[in-house]
Amino acid sequence: MRKTILILLIALVPAWAMAAGPSIPLDKANINLHNKESLQRGAKLFVNYCLSCHSAQYQRYNRMARDLGLTEEQVAENLIFTGAQVGEQMNIAMSREDATRWFGAPPPDLTLVARSRGVDWLYTYLRTFYIDESRPFGVNNEVFPSVGMPHVLWELEGMKKATTETTVDKDGNPHTVITGYEMVKPGSLSPAEYDRSVRDLVAFMAYIGEPAQLERKRLGVWVLLFLVVLLVVSYLMKKEYWKDIH
Amino acid sequence: MAGDRAKIQGGLLGWIDARFPMSAMWEDHLSKYYAPKNFNFWYFFGSLALLVLVIQIVSGIFLTMSYKPDAERAFASVEYIMRDVQWGWLIRYIHSTGASAFFLVVYLHMFRGLIYGSYKKPRELIWIFGVLIFLCLMAEAFFGYLLPWGQMSYWGAQVIVSLFGAIPFIGDGLSLWIRGDYVISDATLNRFFAFHVIAVPLVLIGLVVAHILALHEVGSNNPDGVEIKKNKDENGIPRDGIPFHPYYSVKDLVGVVVFLIFFAIVVFFVPEGGGYFLEPPNFEPADPLKTPPHIAPVWYFTPYYAILRAVTIDIGPLSAKFLGVILMGASVVIFFFLPWLDRSKVKSVRYRGPLFKWAVAIFVVAFIVLGWLGTQPATTGKTILAQIFTTIYFLFFLLMPIYTKLDKTKPVPERVTSK
Repeated sequence: MRKTILILLIALVPAWAMAAGPSIPLDKANINLHNKESLQRGAKLFVNYCLSCHSAQYQRYNRMARDLGLTEEQVAENLIFTGAQVGEQMNIAMSREDATRWFGAPPPDLTLVARSRGVDWLYTYLRTFYIDESRPFGVNNEVFPSVGMPHVLWELEGMKKATTETTVDKDGNPHTVITGYEMVKPGSLSPAEYDRSVRDLVAFMAYIGEPAQLERKRLGVWVLLFLVVLLVVSYLMKKEYWKDIH
Repeated sequence: MAGDRAKIQGGLLGWIDARFPMSAMWEDHLSKYYAPKNFNFWYFFGSLALLVLVIQIVSGIFLTMSYKPDAERAFASVEYIMRDVQWGWLIRYIHSTGASAFFLVVYLHMFRGLIYGSYKKPRELIWIFGVLIFLCLMAEAFFGYLLPWGQMSYWGAQVIVSLFGAIPFIGDGLSLWIRGDYVISDATLNRFFAFHVIAVPLVLIGLVVAHILALHEVGSNNPDGVEIKKNKDENGIPRDGIPFHPYYSVKDLVGVVVFLIFFAIVVFFVPEGGGYFLEPPNFEPADPLKTPPHIAPVWYFTPYYAILRAVTIDIGPLSAKFLGVILMGASVVIFFFLPWLDRSKVKSVRYRGPLFKWAVAIFVVAFIVLGWLGTQPATTGKTILAQIFTTIYFLFFLLMPIYTKLDKTKPVPERVTSK
């Protein structure tokens, strides 16, 4: 039967390797959740640029303070612009009705977006806005075509134009693909600095997606160590009981 | 029996035994239940299934304390559990991982029954109770998956309930009756909650008790397929049997710890299971106006989902969808008939010929390939693959009376072997 088990395992490999992937290759976000400064910078970007239209309605300010190594006073003074109490969640003043009127659809809550979209998607998304005059806000996005969101980070990144290449397939249909970007109006950050800022922001969003995740992993190590000790003890006990069974 | 023991025993135990068969039950099911001494790796999964059942019930009770079965609040209450409830994240991940673990353990348990012929006479009823447990488990998982009220919860339930709509004449009325609304809604969530937390678990526990009682009535099979009760010593104890307690209780404890190590790795380090245990779209709240681009059930349902989608042609007045539903139902129901489909003289794969071994190996491959196909968006090529492997899946059962009869068998030893 060992052979069957082996067949079982080998047959499983493609299933695991072929989890549904995105249509364009995503850049690796390479976030580090242990880097508190990165998370703090991300929090600052988040409250400044995202939290006016998008809420993070399940995330509490004081939980963020504790997890990011800040005091509640620091958070209240530097990171709360909505008049919320420090024990409240990161809500926004804009109503869903207004948002729908202004943007066509209400901007989604961002608490769990890192878990539903993935960090690499967010990292790539925030770095692939390009000028497209046909869109209501004058920009489009490579990983989220026809996105309803303006490029809110443009003063940091600048505005870039996509360089495209159009090929005609054998049925005569043209296909346009983006081959690269050209900076039209530089922002306040260099491209490398902008990438780092986006990485901080994405790290913060990964954190709010699951605030308990670092604690979970820390605890997991101890649980596993305990179980390994228990395994040795229970195995020795089994051996002791079974020594007269032949 | 209990009365005799009460006469010789005084104290509290004697008092209880005169009124309730406590010692008798302990002896009948544990300390004097003689199990074959040659159980191998595959025999861990029965007790592990019981362990996972307990894990799910206990973690489920704690989740129920904070969960709100309300379409407006369900999704937020899950996040409340994940963030604001003390150890809520741990309880929730134990429960979500437990769901996948349950199916994994049960699939391996069923595979054990398959290769060692544990369903054959006199254990047909144990097997039938087992298949009923499997059906209950599928219902339990299906109802439970709606509760987090994420996009996949919602649309998965929408797809499955709409399948009932494919039944001619009564279909539309039936799916409306199941949902309690024209779409999956608050009414559906409330009734699914009722089924998930009380109705199905009650039936499940009853069936598990029946499964174990039936097992202890006839005794356990073993990797050799030898009936140990045919060879008893002067005291009426099977020569190849050992008391379940302490021998198998201490052995199963080792299995439990190994299982918990794998379980803890998932719970603490990869609770999403690579998107297979907790699907990424389910972190988006249910939106009846936004259909996800690709709806896939959780991994344990994917083989059946692939079978459902494999039917693409209408036959006369019967739509492809309806035939798919019938085929999917048949793929589970056919397990009930296994004891009568298998015509072999021997139970265990160890004494069977190459035909059975190949059939089982091909069936396992078909099951896994169908499982993979069920996670994928349907394309022409993949639909053809699904059709081929669905055919193989059913041929395994339908041809079984022929190949098990033709198969050459080896002589079964008198006593169990220690391999």
